[in-house]
Amino acid sequence: MMTGQFEPDEEYKRRMRARNIVVGLLLGGFAVLLFAITIVRMKESL
Amino acid sequence: MSTSHSAVQLPADWRDFYALTKPRVMSLVVFTGLCGLLAAPGTIHPVIGFTAILCIALGAGGAAALNQWWEADIDAGMRRTAGRPLPAGRMARTSARDFGVGLSAASVLLMGVAVNWLAAIILALSVVYYAVVYTIWLKPRTPQNIVIGGGAGAFPPLIGWVAVTGDITLMPVLLFAIIFFWTPPHFWALALFVRSDYAKVGIPMMPVVAGEASTRKQILGYCVILLPLSLAPWFVGGAGAVYAVSALILSGLFLALSVPVALRRSTGPDDAMRPEKRLFGYSVLYLFVIFAALVADRWISVQGLA
Repeated sequence: MMTGQFEPDEEYKRRMRARNIVVGLLLGGFAVLLFAITIVRMKESL
Repeated sequence: MSTSHSAVQLPADWRDFYALTKPRVMSLVVFTGLCGLLAAPGTIHPVIGFTAILCIALGAGGAAALNQWWEADIDAGMRRTAGRPLPAGRMARTSARDFGVGLSAASVLLMGVAVNWLAAIILALSVVYYAVVYTIWLKPRTPQNIVIGGGAGAFPPLIGWVAVTGDITLMPVLLFAIIFFWTPPHFWALALFVRSDYAKVGIPMMPVVAGEASTRKQILGYCVILLPLSLAPWFVGGAGAVYAVSALILSGLFLALSVPVALRRSTGPDDAMRPEKRLFGYSVLYLFVIFAALVADRWISVQGLA
């Protein structure tokens, strides 16, 4: 339960660590995609 | 957030955010969008094509999250949906809303900047159509919710097509129409065997409002319309013989499976509803295969094999 009670630290830290990893991977992938789009568009405009 | 107290709120798991996007529905959306993109005349750079499909997926995910944010109370009352992150209490409602708005906005913006703005506008329309017109307005008010709301799921092949061509022609509109007319028999077949759940939460699904007999006749009616409509891309010269034969067989079978559904009546709570479940299962397969046939037909045409 999101609103339920739990003993702190372990579960909280595990979830936040997992979320940070997922967000980091997504942002990294997004940056790579934007870079690739920029390269493609630059080549098309040449 | 401090963790020094004896008890604190547990943050939502990332898997719950993923579940908000309705991944199974998204797979059909991505597939039809990809087929629209691959069947369109013209070429698109693989990176731009990938971006277009990613945007369609993100838009669909965002709309699904907004749908679940709005319907959390309704979902809690149905067995099929009670385990979703919001009704199960694993996530705050505002998190789902913000996630949905963020995903939707990012998908439209990226589509516009990276692909083209016409595709972005149609994507934005599809998100608003699903999250506002269908979820908030139609679904709780009219038994025609699925008919009109079916338009939301019909957008992906149109968006995929426009991502390549940059304009709207008859062919992508026909692809839109095929999914539009496919949606009522698909959902009403499901609604027939989960009828009690919809009735319990007060959603005016066709079997609840118009009754089982009327719904069964309408399923047959839409399947009858779908047969010539699925052949229309061939009639207008937008697809070849491979597609035409596939569409004829697939739509013919769809119609054949809808006949026993139209002719029978539920025998009560113990009825296994096999014809309805069979029709629902086949409807999913139908959409996958007919769009795959369209792409195969286009590929054969490009390769000069036909």
